[in-house]
Amino acid sequence: MSDVNNATTALDAERAEKEYSGPMLAADGTPLKRSLNRALRRQKLRALLLIAPLLIFVLVTFIAPIADMLFRSVENEIVQDTLPRTTEALEQWSGEDGTTPDAPVYKALYQDIYIAQERKLHTRLGSRLNYELTGASSLFRKSGRGVDDIGEVYQDQFEDLNEFWKKGENWNEVLGSDAWLAQIKDWDKSAGTPQPAFEMRDGIADIFPQTAGYYMIFADFVQNEDEDNLYKEDPWPLIYSAFYDDLTGDTASVIASYSGPGATEIAEAAAAATGFETVDYKEAFTKIDKDWGASPIWGTIRAYSPRFTNGYFLNSIDMQKSADGAEFRPENERIYGTLFLRTLFMSVCITLSCILLGYPVAWILANLPARTANLLMILVLLPFWTSLLVRTSAWKVMLQQQGVVNDTLVWLGVVADDSRLALINNQTGTIIAMTHILLPFMILPLYSVMKTVPPSYLRAAKSLGATNWTAFWRVYFPQSVPGIGAGSILVFILSIGYYITPEIVGGTTGTFISNRIAYHISSSLNWGLAAALGAILLAVVLGLYYAYDKIVGIDNVKLGG
Amino acid sequence: MKFTTTLLASSAIVGAGTLAFADAHGNMAKEMTLVSWGGAYQSSQDKAYVQPYLEMNEGVTAVWDESSAEAVAKLRAMNEAGNITWDLVDVVAADAIRLCDEGLAMEIDADEMLAAAPDGTSASDDFGDLLVSDCFIPQIVYSTTFGYRTDMVGDTPPTKICDVFDLEAYPGKRALEKRPINNMEWALLCDGVAKDEVYDVLATPEGQEKALAKLDTIKDNVIWWSAGADTPQLLADGEVVMGSTYNGRLFSVIEEQKQPVAMLWDAQVFDLDGWIIPAGLSDERLARVKDFVKFATDTQRLADQSQYISYGPARLSSAPMVGKHADLGIEMAPHMPTDPANAENTFLYNYEFWADYRDDIDAKFQAWLAQ
Repeated sequence: MSDVNNATTALDAERAEKEYSGPMLAADGTPLKRSLNRALRRQKLRALLLIAPLLIFVLVTFIAPIADMLFRSVENEIVQDTLPRTTEALEQWSGEDGTTPDAPVYKALYQDIYIAQERKLHTRLGSRLNYELTGASSLFRKSGRGVDDIGEVYQDQFEDLNEFWKKGENWNEVLGSDAWLAQIKDWDKSAGTPQPAFEMRDGIADIFPQTAGYYMIFADFVQNEDEDNLYKEDPWPLIYSAFYDDLTGDTASVIASYSGPGATEIAEAAAAATGFETVDYKEAFTKIDKDWGASPIWGTIRAYSPRFTNGYFLNSIDMQKSADGAEFRPENERIYGTLFLRTLFMSVCITLSCILLGYPVAWILANLPARTANLLMILVLLPFWTSLLVRTSAWKVMLQQQGVVNDTLVWLGVVADDSRLALINNQTGTIIAMTHILLPFMILPLYSVMKTVPPSYLRAAKSLGATNWTAFWRVYFPQSVPGIGAGSILVFILSIGYYITPEIVGGTTGTFISNRIAYHISSSLNWGLAAALGAILLAVVLGLYYAYDKIVGIDNVKLGG
Repeated sequence: MKFTTTLLASSAIVGAGTLAFADAHGNMAKEMTLVSWGGAYQSSQDKAYVQPYLEMNEGVTAVWDESSAEAVAKLRAMNEAGNITWDLVDVVAADAIRLCDEGLAMEIDADEMLAAAPDGTSASDDFGDLLVSDCFIPQIVYSTTFGYRTDMVGDTPPTKICDVFDLEAYPGKRALEKRPINNMEWALLCDGVAKDEVYDVLATPEGQEKALAKLDTIKDNVIWWSAGADTPQLLADGEVVMGSTYNGRLFSVIEEQKQPVAMLWDAQVFDLDGWIIPAGLSDERLARVKDFVKFATDTQRLADQSQYISYGPARLSSAPMVGKHADLGIEMAPHMPTDPANAENTFLYNYEFWADYRDDIDAKFQAWLAQ
């Protein structure tokens, strides 16, 4: 039964298809639907191509740099990159306050700092850690100068034992491959050919693992960064201490059967090494600076050894990392919370005063005859053509205690000469100056919206018996709200990120969070913290925008028409 | 025989000399971008050694970029972008140390790169202790000190730094820089801390509290400045009764603008300003910069600079050559911060201390300011 039914339905469908839709074909024989889709796709692609330059421009010059900058707020590779061995060895340490790590960590520290100071990276790390721990900057600078002496203990002993160990050539003969040795001996710097890259002798890394490892780093540095002839270059003291470790370490038995170049000298050194004076790395570092013998610096290195950190974000909400998780900073160091709130509060104040001042102006502009309105419009736009700095500095002259405003008030007898008003270098100054500067951003959207409100509505309201106030409040005002919305968004978002005006007229109570961001970008060079503060500011703005959209609706914002 | 040897030897020297000359002048860039502070200071540099150098080297041009205030951040950005567009940058010593630490400035060998004094003293001895960083080439010694309105202080003008903290004797506003450096030292000094213990005290949290507490006594009467031009303007407008700024700015208020302002040299803080060469310049540009720097920091040129601005030359050998102001015709020596009469009680900016404590104390200082 069902089979029969099915067959009929299928037949019906087939017939229907033939009768009605039958694949409609375009001129070239392809189904019309497909052809249309293709045409639409081509059109979309063409449209995309048209905006591509702009899109790429925005991506490359706007989005990418911002993303890159914000990424710095969590990025923290410098500690691990500069002290790879130390951070690894430090994992064994309990981290308890009052304790210091074991000897192997200090040895790793010596190796890391030696390499870092050759590459001039140790002071950079010092500045980075100084943001977290006062004194790290000079600690690393001092240690960079001090590590030379530590390694020379072994260097001197090897060199006293046999002159052979003094020369870079001899080291290269032992460690370099025959092919490379032949090339480097032929190499002539003045000919302009690149220096043949160092190549390790086969199997040497198994016999002298540490020496080989550090020699590779040394060779790479000499050839690529210093661009000196490696063959003639005497090795770093670091190589000697690694060589000592190999001679007295696990591979001592393998070394005994070594028969390559320099075998006699190596056998002699192996015999003598056991009697060498040794270096106590911990003691040596504590001698450079007693801070190495205390827990704070180690705690800081450990806390900041991961590749990513939340430390900058903690800092920017007045917290800090401590041994037992995040905690608030002491009262006398908290500042960012205050500044964020102040920035928001003052931006709201500025937006409100812009509405209060801008609304009547826009209303007048919208209701005057075109000729007069245009003339007045020039006055509104005039500030745009004056440098921001000039306008702000002019406010200084106007508002200071011996300034124009105060002088006038004293002359009028409104205030006494000895109690002149403090109008600048405080919040008042910032609000006045920024209201003036941002006012056009409020007037213009208001004006263009008001222009579209037909004057007949007001007349109609009045003719129906409304008072002036009711007609304005119930009829005119609601129609101008989209303009207020647009103007407020513009003014608020611009003012939240304002920097130069608060810096000049804000004193101590009228500065914004952006002034601290600028300080960390250009003075303290703490770009990570600046990025974290910026990220928070961006998040706050996006959050407010979202809230605005939910409450007012972004569709209700009009810039004109 | 002897004659031949001499001849051979001298021709060898001439040959070597020619070679060195060709090497030095053949591959030099034709253009330099110099970075400085703008204003009177940059123009003193321009007149004292940039224009003379350009006259000596035809075809070479120099472009000024007035970015010294943001030099550290900009150099770091250039370095990250791998495109260094500056050849020589004028910075204060503290910034030079930072740039050196960050690997953004080139290390220099003073004796090899800088000219010796006319009497043969090596450059490193001539500059002496002022070579505070491996990357720094000092030019001038300036000081941060106070100026006061002579018409607003009554019959007993201030003579001591602690008069700044004395609101009863000298009522009115003061202008102080919006950063802890210098202010903290002055505060401690006036809170009874001995001069040679100031930094030991300031290194402790209690000492920092103490300094802020002292500043608290005048906090309501302070206008905080962040640009060097602020204090001169505030003094000229009578907005403050006294204020700290760079001594050269005060010189121009007093001598060039003839304002009723006088210097208070007590406890002035010496600081240095000089050149750094950015790391990573190409060989041609580096050769040009080295050639210029050697000329621009020799004894005569540094002495010449003091004809245009009241900052002390950084070389010992330049000091006796300081003459009269080029336009005003007044003797410059008494206006130098290093003049014995002015330098009775001085501080030297403690670079090492502030490199360590700057971040920490600045956080506390800013939190205190915002309260």
